[in-house]
Amino acid sequence: MTREEEPRILLGHGDGGRLTHDLIRSVFLPHFDNPANPVLRPLPDAAVLAPPAGWRLAFTTDSFVVSPAFFPGGNIGTLAVTGTVNDLAVSGARPAYLSVAFILEEGYPLRQLEAVVESMALAARDAGVQIVTGDTKVVEHGAADGIYINTAGIGWVPEDLHWGLDAVRPGDVVLLSGSPGAHGMAVLLSRGDLGFQSPIRSDCASVFPLVQALQGVPGIRFMRDPTRGGVATVLNEVAQGSGLDVWVEEAALPEDPAVSAAARLLGVDPLYLACEGRVVAICAPDAAAAVLDAWRAVPGGLGRDAAAIGHVSASRRLPLGPRPEPAVYLRTALGGTRLLDVKSGGELPRIC
Amino acid sequence: MNPPALQATDLPEGARSGGAARAGQDILRPGVDPQLTSALLARINASVSRPHCIMEVCGTHTMAIGQFALRSLLDPRLRLISGPGCPVCVTDQADLDRALQLARQPEVLLATYGDMVRVPGSGGTTLEKERAAGAHVTVIYSPLDAVDLAAAHPTLEVVFLAVGFETTAPATALALDRAKERRIRNFSLISLHKLTVPAVKALLREETTVEGFLCPGHVSTVIGRAAWDFLARDFHRPAVVAGFELIDILPALQQLVAMLEQGEARVVNAYTRAVREEGNPRAQQAVAEHFEPVPAVWRGLGWIPDSGLGLRAEWKDFDAGYRFPGAAGQEPPDGGLGQGQVVSLGGAGGRCRCGDILRGKATPLDCSLFGTYCTPQDPAGPCMVSSEGACAAYYRYERHRLPGQAGGARKL
Ligand code: SF4
Repeated sequence: MTREEEPRILLGHGDGGRLTHDLIRSVFLPHFDNPANPVLRPLPDAAVLAPPAGWRLAFTTDSFVVSPAFFPGGNIGTLAVTGTVNDLAVSGARPAYLSVAFILEEGYPLRQLEAVVESMALAARDAGVQIVTGDTKVVEHGAADGIYINTAGIGWVPEDLHWGLDAVRPGDVVLLSGSPGAHGMAVLLSRGDLGFQSPIRSDCASVFPLVQALQGVPGIRFMRDPTRGGVATVLNEVAQGSGLDVWVEEAALPEDPAVSAAARLLGVDPLYLACEGRVVAICAPDAAAAVLDAWRAVPGGLGRDAAAIGHVSASRRLPLGPRPEPAVYLRTALGGTRLLDVKSGGELPRIC
Repeated sequence: MNPPALQATDLPEGARSGGAARAGQDILRPGVDPQLTSALLARINASVSRPHCIMEVCGTHTMAIGQFALRSLLDPRLRLISGPGCPVCVTDQADLDRALQLARQPEVLLATYGDMVRVPGSGGTTLEKERAAGAHVTVIYSPLDAVDLAAAHPTLEVVFLAVGFETTAPATALALDRAKERRIRNFSLISLHKLTVPAVKALLREETTVEGFLCPGHVSTVIGRAAWDFLARDFHRPAVVAGFELIDILPALQQLVAMLEQGEARVVNAYTRAVREEGNPRAQQAVAEHFEPVPAVWRGLGWIPDSGLGLRAEWKDFDAGYRFPGAAGQEPPDGGLGQGQVVSLGGAGGRCRCGDILRGKATPLDCSLFGTYCTPQDPAGPCMVSSEGACAAYYRYERHRLPGQAGGARKL
């Protein structure tokens, strides 16, 4: 097929008319429709969902503009599903339903859209969620960069679960489910303008199995998936939100040698690079061993490299700035101490 | 047929990526042995018998020292201070204003490296703010990106705001070759390239407490170890050329401290896996073919003779200063070059002490604005903007060290 003949998205695919319906029937339904998903098929204006008795509802949304849209280990579709699933999971929810909204640029190759949709269906199946409603808009050529996706998700939270930064106490242990930074590095390198290639693949995956593995483990205080800004940013949020200091042991950090090598070359720190399949958890000191055992036993090796990477302590409060602040400190492998600060500014490419 | 052009692969790593990458590093570094590094550290500290002041010339070393938390580990009598080797920090306000003014012209697309877009000009505006107000400003990773941009946008005038030291200039030369080969006419540059050696000389001609120098590994891959011989010969200062890993910096410091303790002055290459005696002749030749040394104004240091790289006459078609009326560079003041004469101070009504910091006369903790009125989120001066600036490094890694408790980092 020549380039000219390749089927592409037209403005009409987004106008709600015949082309829109064709797209739904020929691209979306074949992938998203399945016997376990009775809600989507009738294509109602709104999905009507029944909450299980005694659970609370968790609701989240995220938009995805990653560039490039395809990268080693996944694509914007994988990310749009796992990103929202993970936000639900680390809130303690069992992810259940997603909505999907596409913003497509006129001229976007239909085959690429299909590849994205197929990845979304696979990721949703792996994560055990159903896509129950959606929308498509098309903007003029040049008004968007190919494809953007928004997903919103609903999950169910057990009545008795209360995670949050207000539960964090001095002495608590900080855990990380695997080596940091693979997603951010994979996307950074797949842009191709940094002048070298590497085998690094995004760690993009549903983290629900990691959360589920901790069911019944007492002493969990807080969980988050370190996406934009990476592990360092999440730990700074912990410090700010709890009013306590966080101490990280550099020697204890799980490491992916390929990511570390590329990071050194580019002068970036993997602790600031996005992860899309990792969890940072904080738990009571006597729960740490149980968390690590549970994570390391998760089938598929998602938590194979999990480690206790630090602890929480009463804040010494930074002396500068308008208000003294709690902070994150890193003890280097050599025994030195420095801040692990939030990254400010910096022209990072779109990574999610 | 095209003349044989300098290939990207001829250039050191840092040159290719326009300074975003740290040059000459091993992709697969041998695992750092903590026992070895602790032993080195212990040996350095044991050899210190009196205070020493060491300047790391380059911002990449400043960042590495912060990142490895070396100041918290070294004997407090060893003072490590930052030098003028941060390209964004030493860019003069008037040069930046020139770029801002060009960026405002509707037909201009201004391309530059990440940190430059956040430096406030004299009116408080930045390239980032100009972009939000509609100017065409693009962040690039390599000068070749700017040439590609020019090819992709034939109706715009692409102006590359070229900053950087000896490491980045060869990459700019390569971009000029490419633009010429591809007959791209809407590409030009403002060359703010600067040379580190004349700046260090200028520092030493002033009164200074700096006793020894940690010389930058990546710049030295281009200019060679021998380019630093003047330090020992003319100024009786020991110096060590070092890479940027812990396992590079610690042995370099050990040798430097040993020389200082002995009163010896030699220029040692501790980065032999990347730096040769004479440097990289191809990169030097590429620079010489495109640029010539010109007087340049450094923020905080003033006019320094032969410390900048201006485009040679043959390349003037690519000189934005020649192509755009009003965009020409500053002329040095009459009556020759006032060595060390401070032409424009940092921002914040002159309270910014970047000038003193770049000359090793103050540390960021001495600035009354540090951490309160000047933060990376809202920088008052360039040393806080650049990710390699001394103030940014202190803020990011060491602001927990209260003034007064700051040990080795305290005021001269
Ligand atoms: S802290 Fe800010 S104002 Fe003070 S010297 Fe540094 S950059 Fe200038």
